[in-house]
Amino acid sequence: MTDNHQTLALLLFSGFVAVTLGITAWVGRNRRGSAEEFYAGGRLFSPMENGFAIAGDYMSAASFLGISGLIALFGYDGLLYSVGFLVAWLVVLFLVAELVRNCGRFTLADVVAARMRERPVRIAAGTSSVTVSVLYLVAQMVGAGSLVALLLGRTGGAAQVWAVIGVGALMVIYVSLGGMRATTWIQIVKAVLLLGGTVTLTVLVMLRFHGDFDQLLLTAAERSGHGAAFLAPGLKYGGDWTERLDFISLGLALVLGTAGLPHILSRFYTVPTAQAARRSVVWSIGLIGGFYLMTIVLGFGAAAIVGPEAVRGSNAAGNTAVPLLALDLGGGADSTGGTVLFAVVAAVAFATILAVVAGITLASSASVAHDLYASLRRERTESRSEVAVARMAAVGVGVVAIALGLLARDLNVAFLVGLAFAVAASANLPVLLYSLFWPGFTTRGAVWAVYGGLIPAVALVLLSPVVSGSPESLLPAVDFQYFPLENPGLVSIPLGFVAGWLGTVTSADIPDEARHAETEVRSLTGAGAV
Amino acid sequence: MQSSNGRARGGGSGSDSSVENHAGHDPAPAETATEGRYEDPWYDALASGWGESAAAGTLGPAAAEPRQEQAGEVADVYLEVQRSAAFQEVRSRYRRFVVPAVAVFFSWYVGYVVTATTAPGFMARPVAGAVNVAMLAGLGQFVSTFLFTWGYTRHARLRRDRAALELRWDTQELTRGARGGAS
Repeated sequence: MTDNHQTLALLLFSGFVAVTLGITAWVGRNRRGSAEEFYAGGRLFSPMENGFAIAGDYMSAASFLGISGLIALFGYDGLLYSVGFLVAWLVVLFLVAELVRNCGRFTLADVVAARMRERPVRIAAGTSSVTVSVLYLVAQMVGAGSLVALLLGRTGGAAQVWAVIGVGALMVIYVSLGGMRATTWIQIVKAVLLLGGTVTLTVLVMLRFHGDFDQLLLTAAERSGHGAAFLAPGLKYGGDWTERLDFISLGLALVLGTAGLPHILSRFYTVPTAQAARRSVVWSIGLIGGFYLMTIVLGFGAAAIVGPEAVRGSNAAGNTAVPLLALDLGGGADSTGGTVLFAVVAAVAFATILAVVAGITLASSASVAHDLYASLRRERTESRSEVAVARMAAVGVGVVAIALGLLARDLNVAFLVGLAFAVAASANLPVLLYSLFWPGFTTRGAVWAVYGGLIPAVALVLLSPVVSGSPESLLPAVDFQYFPLENPGLVSIPLGFVAGWLGTVTSADIPDEARHAETEVRSLTGAGAV
Repeated sequence: MQSSNGRARGGGSGSDSSVENHAGHDPAPAETATEGRYEDPWYDALASGWGESAAAGTLGPAAAEPRQEQAGEVADVYLEVQRSAAFQEVRSRYRRFVVPAVAVFFSWYVGYVVTATTAPGFMARPVAGAVNVAMLAGLGQFVSTFLFTWGYTRHARLRRDRAALELRWDTQELTRGARGGAS
């Protein structure tokens, strides 16, 4: 990459940072400092705004660069990811969005605690939410570091370190000063930029092939060297049975995990009613679906136009497929068009990471302040304003994420995203669905459901080949690998559901009929919703 | 705005029969009454008292819900509403759509993933030009997701929203009454 690319990309990215800091300052000027304001942005966003913000929260750089890269390298197998990421939204729409909007206030724990003994349930749900957020956050931070290194062509460690620190500092500023309102506007700006960039590239790819998708697929298959096999599943996940089971496990985690992601759940509280929450999910399904359809075109386009060899040569995981495609579509490495398009894609990718980390930081600071701090502080200690605690928690989460991001910066982090989804699906989804739909669910059941999903998910990853026992593991020198799959979802998600059921049937508590009635009536009608 | 909003309730007292009244007539399915959608009644939402301490920005989710002496009466309100025919109708409409829909899309998705990983030969069978079974199934997942979304929102808008909104106001009136008219 030449200096021109870097300068222009940096300029565009600085523009984005300036605009978002401006938003934060403007929002901070008008802020009232209440919890409603900080966690839920005043709850007055329109469904369309929230739909864009949800899409902005969800479409990470991993989707934009990672999935198109996977398609460019492995053809059809990359497409399986985008299907899982999209179908997951049906779980959110049917079972979660409206009901959570109606019975909760700020976090997942609110919904569960409404009909249980508050303290143990809040601590459990808060712990798992923070765990999911931190895993997701570290993956994004490391992604930011390697993206900077790749796009700016600086292979030295210093650029990576500064990228991680810079992203971390910016996200702490956005969240602690601007709260949910600033975060939401940043998501909206980012979603518009990302979709604009994706539409432009997709149109250029289709123009190159005169609108003939069939021709695009044929060219991609031919250039890939795999022929027709490139357009069918099996190139990446078609190996032995362990590999295939691993993929099924990942597929399950993707489709069930979305509904348990704390930063997605907290977005439903930014709209006034359940109907508005439903309409925002419809917006986001439209936007996300369109986005993933376009990444398919971009992935096959990169295979057809750039070629898998060139993609692999730039980055073995395929993460630079889209930037390289942009360079080619703009007219080549030395042309103005190529330079501009490349810089735009790079800036959009930075913006994407920045917005996603801000959303996750906000959700985890809400879990720390609203669930953990509020439950763990001793009664006699002076009660501080919860919002002040949340602002400090955002700083704390930022520092932890920067530190972990720096420690993990040389590691392959794709598994962290899969793990975050798997933990969300194992620890958060069972407890949420049981509280909303099972009259006999008890406090012990809720606590067991959370820990019964959280502990196996984390433990199975520690015992899996990602941590030890193979040359690509985190600790290649030692071998304590006892679990063959990289993604724990296939085992830990059922365990979460079973643990919740077991805890309930073995508990001596009699389920509180009246509080279940309250949850049910409120969740379906919106009575008493804030 | 809504008829239910302006309905006289006698200050919320002695309204314990309103749910039964409501249950007596058919909970008018909205498809005949109003094709369109409602305005969102968000600005009335805080009248419930559920989030009244939230505005102060102080700590303590436990303190947010005034569950003291009136708690028993408020709980009775929710039990009463839950047992009313109007609520049971809303709940069963929701479940009659959601349960089969979840079963269908989930098995279709799991079936797709399992077939893609266990039977790549079948998925590779060509259909037309470069398009094979796998490509059709993948795009089919996108199309079915969009169709399910459309079907769900249409069902909710036409079959649930109106009845749910009326129940919401009725319930809030009742809880306000049970709290001693503290609105």
